Amino acid sequence: MSHEAVLHGDAHGHDDHGHHEHHDTFLTKYVFSQDHKMIAKQFLITGMVWAVLGGLMSVLFRLQLGYPDSTFPFLEDLLGKWAKGGRISPEAYYALVTTHGTVLVFFVLTAGLSGTFANFLIPLQVGARDMASPFMNMLSYWFFFAASIVMLSSMFVETGPFSGGWTAYPPLSALGDASPGSKTGMDLWIVSMALFVVSSLLGGLNYIATILNMRTKGMSMTRLPLTIWALFFTAVLGVLSFPVLFSGFILLIFDRNFGTSFYLSDIFVNGVGALPNEGGSAILYQHLFWFLGHPEVYIILLPAMGMVSEILSINSRKPIFGYMAMIGSLFAIAILAFLVWAHHMFVTGLNPFLGSVFVLLTLLIAVPSAIKVFNWLTTLWRGNIRFTPAMMFAIGFVSLFISGGLTGIWLGNSALDIHLHDTYFVIAHFHIVMGVASMFGMFAGIYHWFPKMYGKQLNNTLGYIHFWVTIAGAYLIFWPMHYEGLAGMPRRYYDFSIWESFKQFGELNKFISLVSMIVFMVQLLFLFNFFYSIFKGRKLTNQNPWNANTLEWTAPINPGHGNWVGEIPEVHRWAYDYGKDGVDFIPQTTPVGADESQH
Amino acid sequence: MSTLTTREPQRIHPHRFIMWVAIGSIVMMFAGMTSAYIVKKNQGNWLAIELPVLFWYSTAVIVASSVTMILAQKALQTGRSASYKALISLTAILGIVFISLQWMGFKDLELRGIALIGPQSNSASSFLFVITGLHMLHVLGGVIALVVLFFRAFWAKTSETGVVPVQLVATYWHFVDILWIYLFIFYQMIA
Repeated sequence: MSHEAVLHGDAHGHDDHGHHEHHDTFLTKYVFSQDHKMIAKQFLITGMVWAVLGGLMSVLFRLQLGYPDSTFPFLEDLLGKWAKGGRISPEAYYALVTTHGTVLVFFVLTAGLSGTFANFLIPLQVGARDMASPFMNMLSYWFFFAASIVMLSSMFVETGPFSGGWTAYPPLSALGDASPGSKTGMDLWIVSMALFVVSSLLGGLNYIATILNMRTKGMSMTRLPLTIWALFFTAVLGVLSFPVLFSGFILLIFDRNFGTSFYLSDIFVNGVGALPNEGGSAILYQHLFWFLGHPEVYIILLPAMGMVSEILSINSRKPIFGYMAMIGSLFAIAILAFLVWAHHMFVTGLNPFLGSVFVLLTLLIAVPSAIKVFNWLTTLWRGNIRFTPAMMFAIGFVSLFISGGLTGIWLGNSALDIHLHDTYFVIAHFHIVMGVASMFGMFAGIYHWFPKMYGKQLNNTLGYIHFWVTIAGAYLIFWPMHYEGLAGMPRRYYDFSIWESFKQFGELNKFISLVSMIVFMVQLLFLFNFFYSIFKGRKLTNQNPWNANTLEWTAPINPGHGNWVGEIPEVHRWAYDYGKDGVDFIPQTTPVGADESQH
Repeated sequence: MSTLTTREPQRIHPHRFIMWVAIGSIVMMFAGMTSAYIVKKNQGNWLAIELPVLFWYSTAVIVASSVTMILAQKALQTGRSASYKALISLTAILGIVFISLQWMGFKDLELRGIALIGPQSNSASSFLFVITGLHMLHVLGGVIALVVLFFRAFWAKTSETGVVPVQLVATYWHFVDILWIYLFIFYQMIA
């Protein structure tokens, strides 16, 4: 019966059916929308704005790192007193580095990535009309929006934005007198982050409830696409780890504003004297921070993994290799994510025995990670591969995940970490494995689901240019940093040219800066492709352009609020019947035939 | 909005499920706090504080408020609207009494010369203030929810859909009750 309902939906697939059922005003349709698809687009576009701003910041501080002796008059026009004489001041440099980190980690790769794809894909792929609580979902976006506004406004205060690093360690974060950025900038930073935590909790609660409670008939947990499994574990990680960060922030607020001594002790501050505080421990903050901070890495990475699994399978025209192993490894990663936070703290005077436990647990992550990598490679193996831009980015993700993951084995080792800690080796490692890899996952997701989001196609040629320049650029930027880090070049320094030992890297730094500018320009090309295609892109003629199995492609092109016309389709099989019994693809809504082989 | 209903019978109402996950989330926040408390205590420079006697009274009050909440739900199920409204109000009032007692407990500590915040404070008392204060804010949230329920009881007929919000508030209310009992025992055992 419901199969007929699906056919009915197909017959009307080209119409925009949802709209005549709801008389939305501009405000309820585009601004305070409770439609998960519109909220997803809001997250995506806000995330893109932040990606451009955060990327631009990295280009600016790369100018300083690559050309420490040169002056660029346009910088003074752009930044005013922060770049007197055309050279970025040390304060501005630290503010740029800090804001780049905060924005990219939280606003782009958390809100922009899981905010977009969890909102967009969960109801569509599990077969639900909307989220468990569309209202909370709307609130989730608007808390993020408020967080964005507060963070943005911190750029314009007299003493500048917070500049003590994205991790906001005390005393720089707890003590207003510590640096210019520790004053109003830090107040705004913490307000913004508190709003952001609320946003991600509201989102995460909804994602979990929707996945577990709102699945359509026949959609058992083991028939869920891997995107949904990944987004599920992401949400669980967020819901359990963000509150701990929040409690760390509360204590930080008390130290900043109410004179308590959680993190501050009687340290001596130049020009101020010894603090009246007694017995505080800055390390305590690090524990609370990294208890979120490490799961956060997987909050960023898991959605990308899920989408890549999906895209690799669809474009290899083969079932995903080791579906249950993929779920199991996601689960293992989610558990281990909570047990490794102290590997960020090997040099804090941590008990070496405790350190060795964290080394063991950290290196254990290599097992589920390797399972995932081999499963992706075996999915590609002998596949009938379609090299769409989404597929290119998905393959690029696997490449980056391997390259960056291997250096994780170095850094997870406490003995090696003593040398490598806080060097460019760390920068190289986490940018490749978490930053760029997740960006690739996000790009793969955008290229793949753009037709579902906007009913148009992105331009493929621009997509290929975007891919090749970005992957080449990513390796050209971050690969050399391994050498710099091994040579001991510390991160976060303003000017390396004054050290004899790092002068040898002057040319290399110039090269890295140059490539980073080119890569940034190419992202603007992607933005052009994105916005041009929304309005002028090739219109979709087929509601299932990739010949994919999952439920979102059974919904009409440009689905209205409620997603499906008529009944929600019923699910009869898993999402990966590609090339089964000689049939190219069998959608999840197709009943299992009597003569069909069992998977 | 008829298209927005799902046709499959629900295992558990999604909103109730969200509440349970949210409780898990709040538990993690307090777990973070109490873990930090233990870590900090073991680092020394720790003031042993005798808890205010008022905390015993407040514990009794919040346990009583859970009982009135259960009775309120019973009243709602059996359709005794007047006693439902009375019991809901009583629960909210007990919540306010609880918050006041906690606040008076803080004042009691300050009278004994124990600074909760400020440069003279020890992190033992600051922790007590921050964790208890955070819990008070959660109780306050529950009181606000109870007040909303109270007014809803006048607006709408209590139909099947009206039961879920009451269940949500009840679950949350019992949770903040149990959370306080945990914190109270924690203070006694650890401090």
